[in-house]
Amino acid sequence: MSGDPFVREAMLAAVPSLRAFAISLSANVDRADDLVQETLLRAWANIDSFEPGTNMSAWLFTILRNLFRSEYRKRRREIADSDGSYADSMKTQPEQSSRVEFEEFREALAKLPSDQREALVLVGASGFSYEEAATICGCAVGTIKSRVNRARTRLAELLSIESIEDLGPDRELRAVFSGSGRS
Amino acid sequence: MREKKQPSQMEGTMHARSGTARVGPALNRDIQTKIGQQLRAIYDNVVDQGVPDRFVELLRNLDRETGKGERGDEDSTE
Repeated sequence: MSGDPFVREAMLAAVPSLRAFAISLSANVDRADDLVQETLLRAWANIDSFEPGTNMSAWLFTILRNLFRSEYRKRRREIADSDGSYADSMKTQPEQSSRVEFEEFREALAKLPSDQREALVLVGASGFSYEEAATICGCAVGTIKSRVNRARTRLAELLSIESIEDLGPDRELRAVFSGSGRS
Repeated sequence: MREKKQPSQMEGTMHARSGTARVGPALNRDIQTKIGQQLRAIYDNVVDQGVPDRFVELLRNLDRETGKGERGDEDSTE
């Protein structure tokens, strides 16, 4: 079955989001790419355990997450690289004016416990449903929901503290948001 | 002076799900909107980089190897 061109295409199509997820987990582009590579090798070798018709992307995410988890346990101490390489991966910032905010957000995200961060990324950025995210993380749907909620709450706290400290452009932006949000 | 009143309250319920932070509901809603945007911006920034060559090659090689040994037993590579 691994000779099936569909498998190769589906794996290739999943690579960009696998990388984005891997970077959010490992905070290091090189390690993230190694993780993606290992995921593809593992997936290819175990393609028979993939059920055709189910979500290939979710299957690959599951493999990647498990690989990261087992590796993470081994070298927990070495991971403190949340600044350098991660920042390098963000070469094209959305806009110069929001750069400060972007940095603040990235730092706040890095402060979250990893299980909350991964739940938030899967649901809020990868576009998986709560059910799919639960399958990927091997836990109950309710657990994912509470992790996502706690992640959002914590981020809101971190970011609001920072925006009170720094009454810069962030404040104007907030005003714009509240202006358009309410009638 | 006579305007028809539209039930515009509905808009307010859209974000109600996430409103658990202790930072006040309005500010919280703004922040939650921003959290969603920033999170996707970071993520999409990587997604937009597409598929690096190393992965295209990796899968091409895997495909080639598998193609060769397809008829035989599955213990060929590893």
